[in-house]
This record gives sequence, C-alpha cells and structure tokens, in this order.
Amino acid sequence: MILEWLKAALLEVQEYTKLCIAVARGTVTRPFYARDVIEQFDAIGLGSLTVVILTGMFTGAVLALQSGFTLDQFGARTAVGRLVSASMVKELGPVLTALMVTGRVGSGIAAELGSMMVTDQINALRALGTDPVRKLAVPRVLAGLFMVPVLTIISNAVGMLGAWFITVWQLRVASSVYWNSVVDGLYMSDVWMGLIKPFFLGFVLVTIGCHVGLRTSGGTQGVGRSTTNAVVAGSVAVLVVDFFVTKILFSVLY
Amino acid sequence: MATPTTERDAETAVIDTDVPVIVFEGVDLAFDEKVILKNLNFTVRQGHTKIFLGASGAGKSTILKLILGLLKPDRGAIWVKGQRVDQLTEVEMMPVRQNLGMVFQEGALFDSLTVRENVGYKLYEETAIPLPEVHARVEEVLGFVGLAEHIDKAPSALSGGQRRRVAIARAMTAKPPILLYDEPTTGLDPITSVTIDAEIVKLRDLEEVSTIMVTHQLRDAFYVAEHTAIREHGEVKLVPADPAKIAETEFIMLRDGEIAFEGDVHELRASPDPYLKSFLS
Repeated sequence: MILEWLKAALLEVQEYTKLCIAVARGTVTRPFYARDVIEQFDAIGLGSLTVVILTGMFTGAVLALQSGFTLDQFGARTAVGRLVSASMVKELGPVLTALMVTGRVGSGIAAELGSMMVTDQINALRALGTDPVRKLAVPRVLAGLFMVPVLTIISNAVGMLGAWFITVWQLRVASSVYWNSVVDGLYMSDVWMGLIKPFFLGFVLVTIGCHVGLRTSGGTQGVGRSTTNAVVAGSVAVLVVDFFVTKILFSVLY
Repeated sequence: MATPTTERDAETAVIDTDVPVIVFEGVDLAFDEKVILKNLNFTVRQGHTKIFLGASGAGKSTILKLILGLLKPDRGAIWVKGQRVDQLTEVEMMPVRQNLGMVFQEGALFDSLTVRENVGYKLYEETAIPLPEVHARVEEVLGFVGLAEHIDKAPSALSGGQRRRVAIARAMTAKPPILLYDEPTTGLDPITSVTIDAEIVKLRDLEEVSTIMVTHQLRDAFYVAEHTAIREHGEVKLVPADPAKIAETEFIMLRDGEIAFEGDVHELRASPDPYLKSFLS
C-alpha cells in the first residue's frame, strides 16, 4: 500500500523532471513555435492583469489598515509605508500574484491540455509530426517564467497605491510622509529578492499545470481531477518553493 | 528475419501492389496484467486495404497507435515502408510519420483552430511550403471531402459526420501513402457513415493510398471492401468492385489479442466460426 503510493509519487516526480528537461531542451533548439509563445504571453500575462491588480490593490489596502491600527498603539502610525513596502515587495507581492496566477492560469493549462489529452488531440499532434512539449508546454512555461515577475511588479505597485489610499484617507497620514516611509523601508536586497522569486514561482506553477494536464487520463472526469490537482499542487508548490528560495536568497543576498 | 525492401519515393514509384508497406512480426503488447496483443503477424501491401474487426477493447486501435509509434510493443518487430519502427525514439519517429495519415476516433480535431488551420496544420506548422500553396492544397482537400464552404468555421460548429470528414482531410493533406482510420464511422447514422466510407474508397482508389481501417461496424467494412471509385468524364463515381479489387481488401478479426480470422470478404461471409457468425449477425 505505502510502497505503491511511494512508487506512484516517484513516477510523478520522474515524469515532472523529464518534462522540465524536455522544456529546457525545447527552448534552445528548433523547431520553436514563436507565434504560440506570443499568444501565451498575451493569454497568461495580459489575461491575468485584472485579477493581479485587484489582488494587489486590496492586499496593500488591508495591510495599511491592519498595520496602521497596530502601529497606533506605539504611536508609530507614520511608519505604515515602511511596513507595507517591505512586506509587499519581499513576500506578499510575489506569493499572492503566483497564487492568483495558479488559480487562473495553472488550472486553465491543466484543463486545456487535459482535454486535448483525453480527446486524442495530443496524439494527433504527434501523428502530424509535432512534439506536444515544444508546441504546448514551451510557450506556456516561457510565458509563466517572464510574465509572473512582470505581474508581480505591477501587483507591488498597485499594492502600495492601495495602501497609500488608506493611509491618506483613513489613517490621515500625509502623502509625502507615506512615500518617504515606503522608500525608507526598502533595501536593495529586498528588491532583488522580490524580483528573483517570481521567476521560480512562475516556472513552477506553469510546469505543474502542464505536467498534470499532459498526464490526464479517464475522460472528462479525469480533466476535472487534473484541474483540481493543478491548483492544489501548484498552490502548495508555490508556497514551498517560496520558502526555500527565500531561505537561499537570505544566505546569498544578506 | 526477412527485411521488407521498399525504400522508394511514393511520388515517383509505379504502384507495385506486391510491396509490403506495413509488416507486424510477432508483436506482443500488454498493459500491466492485461494482454492486448499476442504474437500478432500481418502484412499490408501497397494500395491494398486491411480491415480490423473485433469487439470494443479487442486491441484494434492499439495496432494503429503501434504503427504510428504512439505506443511501443513489448516484443516483436514493426516495419513501416521498410523501416523498423518499434525501437525508434520520438524524434526518430517523426520522419516515419510523414508516410502516415491518421484519422482518430471522434476526429481529434484541434478545437482552438479553424477548419482551415486544422486541415493545413502540418503544412502550416511543420513545413516551409509558401502560404499560397498551402491554402490551395487545403482548399483542394476540403473540396475532395465536399466541405469547401466550411473552411473558416470552428470544428465545434460542424456536425459529427462533417468533423470526421475534416479529420480525413487533415490526414490526407500532406499526401501520406498510408492512411489509418480508427473507427471512422462509429457514432454516426447509416447515411452519414456511407459518405465517410465513400471518402475512404475514393482516397484508396483515386489517390492510391494503402488503407488500414479499424472498425466494429461491419456494414461499413463491407461497403469499403465491395466498392471502388472511378473517375469518369471528370466525375467521381462509386461502383461495385470487380473480384480482383475485392481480393485486395483483407479482413482480420481480433479476439483476445489474437487473430481469429484472416481472409477476404467472401471467406468472411462463408466462415463457419461460431464467434464470427455471432459477430456478423
């Protein structure tokens, strides 16, 4: 029982690793489907913009609200900006963006590739001489890898904007004090950490979506299962990878 | 082990009906405990038709997937146009697939692409043929299956029979010398089925493709075996086949992964085998 579970888990890891290697190879060798890459940059990047902006905005706003309340007890209401910028840029921006993209894009990829799998479209691709990894996985992984950092930056920016709104209108702190505090709270190493992490998170969430999708079997029920798995595994992986990358970056950057 | 020798260009070769294009030698396949194919041997000759019959789950479709290299056999050898394919990697398999067109069960059309993009997929994506030529070829094959007016529709806007015909068009666009059909008429009404059968016969007789068809619809199998397509004054006609043509279509009945019957349409009808009889009635 346990042995079988272990075997299945190991197989899953092996197949995932194989996919990652195939994607890496597909990125640097021909044939390369440039049109699909552009399409995916649009679908994954631009398509996730609304949800990421909304998430970032309200996260920043609630952060200001909560920390303003706490900081008040120490008479340090003016330090809200510091707290918001540090936590948004280092942690909340990358992780929340990645989680939202997992929910929107990871599930979408798993559902799309999964239904292509169960309707033989993936086999049809192979029969027509196309490598499904190059045609389907590589464009999505590239889009995830490069668009999640961009989305994270946008999320950080609107987060600070949302926090500014609350700080000025609710906490009654002067605008200039807030922005000064925001800049004060940021160190270069924080910015680097906030910029490096989303590359890993974007890669992980999209590769998991592709992996789960391409291993779908069992008809429409299987597609449903794959979609759920992609979101669950993707979200957990985002948090786990975030922890380890943070740990490594701390020892490298600080 | 005899090596079939057919290294020649399909475009220029005179149709030689004795040349084997697909050979299976002692092929075994099992998924975990379940035996799918047991010591399967058969040969498909150029321009001929092989029809696989059998109940669902008898391993018919796996034969087509083995030919395409989508699956690998556990044992035995598979030859496609003189090349042994059962041990090739996915990358090595790609040139072999140039020879093969496959019509999947339910069509397997790409639903994110239009009919035009589906039919021309291989030429658009995998070749450097200039676009106007590709467009012309796509229009030509869609005209061949009688769907020229649906060229810019999405596959989801087509009926089941139309989707199958688009799938046939897609399989033939790159002019492969061998076409594989996986249950091409399953789930279609009898009248629509005959239109699909007619496409298969037309492709076989007018374009000289070797045909492997997997089906459990006997009526369609008989139709394909007993008809031939001829071009008369520029018009394509389907007429009953002469005995020589009928002899070019062979049936293989699979039961529990083994060949239960092999022969032409007359032998199939006359067979005293009780299982076969139950299947035929």
